[in-house]
Amino acid sequence: MTTTTIRPDAVTAAPGGTPKSPRRVGLRRRRSEWDLKLSPYLYVSPFFLLFIVVGLFPIAYTAVISFMNWDLVRNTGEFIGFAQYQYVLSNPKFWIALRNTFSIFLLSSIPQLVVAIVIAAMLDQNIRAKTFWRMGVLLPYVMAPVAVALIFSNMFGDRYGLINTLLGHVGIPAIPWHSNAFASHIAIATMVNFRWTGYNTLILLAAMQAIPRDYYEAAVVDGAGRIRQFIAITLPSLRPTLIFVIITSTIGGLQIFDEPRMYDQYGTGGPDSQWLTITLWLYDIGWGQWNFGRAAALAWILFLIILVIGVINLLVTRSLVRDEGGRGVLTRAQRRAAAREARRRLASDAALLAAKEMVS
Amino acid sequence: MNTRALRRTALIAVAASTTAIMLAGCAGSGGGASSSNPNEKITLTVATFNDFGYTDALLKEYTKLHPNVTVQQTKAATSNDARANYFQKLGKKGLADVEAIEVDWLPEVMKYSDLLAPVPAADKDRWLGWKTDMATDKKGNLIGYGTDIGPEAICYRSDLFKAAGLPTDRDSVSKLLEGDWSKYFAVGDQYVKATGKAWFDSAGGTYQGMINQVEAAYENPKNGKITATTNPDVKAVYQQVTAASKTQSAHLGQWSDDWMAGLSNGAFATMLCPGWMLGVISGNAKDVKTWDVANVFPNGGGNWGGSYLTVPANGAHVKAAQELASWLTAPAQQIKAFVNAGTFPSQTKALQDSTLLDFKNDYFNSAPVGQIFTDRAKAVTVAPYKGQYYFQINDAMQKALTRVEDGTQDAQASWDQWVSEVKAIK
Repeated sequence: MTTTTIRPDAVTAAPGGTPKSPRRVGLRRRRSEWDLKLSPYLYVSPFFLLFIVVGLFPIAYTAVISFMNWDLVRNTGEFIGFAQYQYVLSNPKFWIALRNTFSIFLLSSIPQLVVAIVIAAMLDQNIRAKTFWRMGVLLPYVMAPVAVALIFSNMFGDRYGLINTLLGHVGIPAIPWHSNAFASHIAIATMVNFRWTGYNTLILLAAMQAIPRDYYEAAVVDGAGRIRQFIAITLPSLRPTLIFVIITSTIGGLQIFDEPRMYDQYGTGGPDSQWLTITLWLYDIGWGQWNFGRAAALAWILFLIILVIGVINLLVTRSLVRDEGGRGVLTRAQRRAAAREARRRLASDAALLAAKEMVS
Repeated sequence: MNTRALRRTALIAVAASTTAIMLAGCAGSGGGASSSNPNEKITLTVATFNDFGYTDALLKEYTKLHPNVTVQQTKAATSNDARANYFQKLGKKGLADVEAIEVDWLPEVMKYSDLLAPVPAADKDRWLGWKTDMATDKKGNLIGYGTDIGPEAICYRSDLFKAAGLPTDRDSVSKLLEGDWSKYFAVGDQYVKATGKAWFDSAGGTYQGMINQVEAAYENPKNGKITATTNPDVKAVYQQVTAASKTQSAHLGQWSDDWMAGLSNGAFATMLCPGWMLGVISGNAKDVKTWDVANVFPNGGGNWGGSYLTVPANGAHVKAAQELASWLTAPAQQIKAFVNAGTFPSQTKALQDSTLLDFKNDYFNSAPVGQIFTDRAKAVTVAPYKGQYYFQINDAMQKALTRVEDGTQDAQASWDQWVSEVKAIK
């Protein structure tokens, strides 16, 4: 593109007899055009350079290793094609881990978002000591996941745990937290919810504060009650933020690791794989059995799962959380931009996840 | 199994251990080139985990004997952290000059025995035979300097024994339990009938003691083939322990919160007790005054746990590191480490030391634990063969036992699932 605009200058310069000054003009123009076209790319390049080194390279390297029988210590491997993928997909543990991951993910994400929206709506009201309540909501997030897991696993002890003791007092039989799969999922989801609800609340609260107050005033004039306002104004206005929150919690949910790992003393997902999640299995294959070929194959499978779920998630959320009646909260272009942003975030998050798995 | 106790704390200590690992890396690379000059000032690094009893004072003693050598120790919080670090750096750069390994992952280390400097011939005969055998590779190279061992005795609660009408002093208990595993379970039956309470802590812990007496439980030592699912010894041990567990086990998975609570609230009357377990019991049941140790173990002797020091062959100061490892595992230092941290010595000469033999443990009713565990160490005759899949197979077996204990499956179904899991290994 640049060359076509510059050529006329060069051509006219030659017969004119003063070759230097037009060329300088041409160069300056060229420079300013380059400046205009290249600078933005230069400014954003540090991220992408860093991403290529710590993100893209490990992802590609993981892909290479996933086709090999890899010996970490000797740093050698022999190419064995799709055998690792076949092993992972034909192992019943994979399907159990997949089931557990989704079960825990649904048990944590759905209540978490519902509760987060409700709490955010309450914090959005005119209450006393606002900052105190808002900070309080974030407190569990500041706690280390390991500390959370330690406290909760103590509560969910099968025999001498706090919850079962309390249940015993009211005559309800003890719940087998560590042998029943569903019970263990609920216990783990509780830990996740405890930690992440406040975090999501604050994001949603920030979005709620950005909703113009005129809408609510108009609604009050129209005679809409609190609940009607919430459904007709707050929820639709939250759409882009909700998409963001849902997608990040999906990615987080599918990568769940700390809580199930700390749930019992072995950290390998239970005697009958009751709470074995995909990342937990991945860790066990990689760092328990030193089988990096298999772990790499599993990492790639997880990467693809997250990608697919992310896209489905995006489509579903977009159609569910509709901008009711085109109230004009967002222009079309803004909506598209938000979706693009979400897609980009999803892609880079998924990529980073795979990278993190390789690096750590 | 020993490592699992600490797996719980593993994640907590990640930050700390990362620092330790980084320090180890820095120190390792800062060592400089080969030590051709014997008087050159060098720094040797020793990487251990948990507590090996190598205090600063002990390491300074070495500098006194070798003025040109400074010894630096880096401690990983857990054996698992040390394992991860070890295999990520083995064969490359960054390991300490002397690296500690645990018997649990020794089989994995043996796969790479060519990357380690062998123990010089002069030092080879210092240890108990079975301790050396486990760390000797197919070419006859000994690659580990044995540190501590875990000879097993039986720990019991004398107040619970009294309530069941059983003898309470440790000599009579030794006589009572003398014999094989059926004898142990028979006394257990007697106890359960008298009190209605559990005899031992868990099927998993008891199984571990039993399987450690089987010479080649899971793999064929000659060709490394997995024989676990067809080995009649394994099946026999499994059946015996699951049958007994029905009535006699407290069903408390070892190292679980419930198990820790069980140590102090009398949920079970006996448990298998390697030397290092004494610290676990006294630490978790501080207020109980009735734990005691009997100088007996079903079917003779058994070993559970223990560690080695290794010298990576590509270190900067291999020769000096070998000397240090040899000194650290010499009888006098093993005794000091035992006094410092309770790590039971593995050198034959150390087992004759009066400091060790006269050592008593106040918590366990002043039991002469030095003498007891020396006797138990001498009673060990079998060095169980553990191949490269040992850890995975055993881990699956522990889970199978837990499934039976928590009622998820019956013994047969759980065994079948274990068989199919073992088939998926490899």
